[in-house]
Amino acid sequence: MLMSFDTFVFYMFAAITVFASLRVITARNPVHAALFLVLAFCSAAGIWILLEAEFLAITLVLVYVGAVMVLFLFVVMMLDINLEQLRIGFWRWFPFGAALAVIMVFQMVWVLGNRQTAETGAQVIKHAANYSNTKELGRLIYTDYVYPFELAAVLLLVAIVAAIALTLRRRKDAKSQEPNKQVLVKKADRLRIVSIAGDSKVDSAQ
Amino acid sequence: MTELLQYLQNMLGVAWLPIWTLVKILTIVVPIMLTVAYLTLAERKVIGYMQVRIGPNRVGYFGLLQPLADGLKLLLKEIIIPSGSNKFLFVIAPVLALIPALAAWAVIPFSEGMVLTDINAGLLYILAMTSLGVYGIIIAGWASNSKYAFIGALRSAAQIVSYEIPMGFALVCVLMVSQSMNLGDIVLGQKSSTGLFGWYFIPLFPMFVVYFISGVAETNRAPFDMAEGESEIVAGFHVEYSGMTFALFFLAEYANMIMIAILSVIMFLGGWLPPFDIAPFNLLPGIFWLLAKTSFMLFLFLWFRATFPRYRYDQLMRLGWKVFIPLTLVWVVVIGAWMQTPYWLW
Repeated sequence: MLMSFDTFVFYMFAAITVFASLRVITARNPVHAALFLVLAFCSAAGIWILLEAEFLAITLVLVYVGAVMVLFLFVVMMLDINLEQLRIGFWRWFPFGAALAVIMVFQMVWVLGNRQTAETGAQVIKHAANYSNTKELGRLIYTDYVYPFELAAVLLLVAIVAAIALTLRRRKDAKSQEPNKQVLVKKADRLRIVSIAGDSKVDSAQ
Repeated sequence: MTELLQYLQNMLGVAWLPIWTLVKILTIVVPIMLTVAYLTLAERKVIGYMQVRIGPNRVGYFGLLQPLADGLKLLLKEIIIPSGSNKFLFVIAPVLALIPALAAWAVIPFSEGMVLTDINAGLLYILAMTSLGVYGIIIAGWASNSKYAFIGALRSAAQIVSYEIPMGFALVCVLMVSQSMNLGDIVLGQKSSTGLFGWYFIPLFPMFVVYFISGVAETNRAPFDMAEGESEIVAGFHVEYSGMTFALFFLAEYANMIMIAILSVIMFLGGWLPPFDIAPFNLLPGIFWLLAKTSFMLFLFLWFRATFPRYRYDQLMRLGWKVFIPLTLVWVVVIGAWMQTPYWLW
């Protein structure tokens, strides 16, 4: 049976996502691992577009790929990471990690393979091209789900305050400029014009 | 014309849609490439005259063939891949810089209905695409395995991430005023009987200024060209690139410049709308007005480069974080409050 184009695109994106995610944990070079994570995000965004969730897909690219991963790469590139040291104890913790992974796979199959979930998936309505799910999403977030949404916002605010508080320690020996003062400087503050008695020979020549 | 299209559609069958889309893409990309080529000439000429020089005038009349000669030179040059570099990433970096610069053009409306893909989330798509451009630069800087390239890449990454925030907030203001993320609808929202007084640059004037300056910083143009900074770090992230690989970075930078110019025209200066909706002005086709306004914005880019000395890095960060972001945040609230009053005229 010939696959429909949608199904083909879905499997292609899914395959890329799985491959990229695997490479994130197996790549030897941390920069490569971060770049594979970017690839995984991009193909996940592609799958969301297939689901007509264009707002979420574009936001994923904008926030995670465009900002978060750039900062990640920024840090990873500057650190001198010794991979051998990081891999010490890999095999000791492997059984624990593997058990955790098996539990997670089991949970996901349990939730996603559930008949009820499968049925809701089948009921996805195809919308017209001019349907804006951004507007729908905004309306839902600020009406039906306003409390959970505001709670999430407060959580983020707490994280911001904490992060800023961590860096807010003033070093005593640090030197910094105050642009306001620099701008307000007048000529008289810096320059003093002094009249010096001229050379007497030149004076007499005139 | 429609008969011819109908005939071709029948002849090509299933292949019609991809081929027709490809034709449309080419009608956008080829003029962009030509504009980039002649923008380099315009830049050299304009800056030349501003500095009381003549600029290129040897190849063709008034130097008109200079861009072609430059392109040919870059095409024939040897591409040197540094031995200590990461070869795959080194080669793919210029491609990654150019793809988002061109992909963003898919949602730009050139005139009413003249757009490749008329999507509702156009504004978000533009933001996402412009934020991807930084990858080409940081990957280039890292893969070159060179100190100067790496410092240039880090500077550029920090700069682009910081200036994206005020840019995003400026776009949020446009979104609030136009109540749409579709770029075509944003332009139509600026249509009024008063001509240019209906354009969004009047209520959003501070946002217009912030957006354009952030755009200059995003494209790494002077006076924000710390990523290149030839007097400090040679040429920044593309110091190891030669020939066509260098040319791709160049193309991406200029395509982004034109992009920022055309976006500020669409969002703040009324897109394809004429400045006065009366006889001599509204007889000209819309695309003429769009291109005229875009040319003016591009001229500003060149004017800035000829006028301002390069910012120091800490000044650049201060401008982004301590001036632009608070200003845009305040203006979002101001616009929100203003729109609730009867004094809102747009």
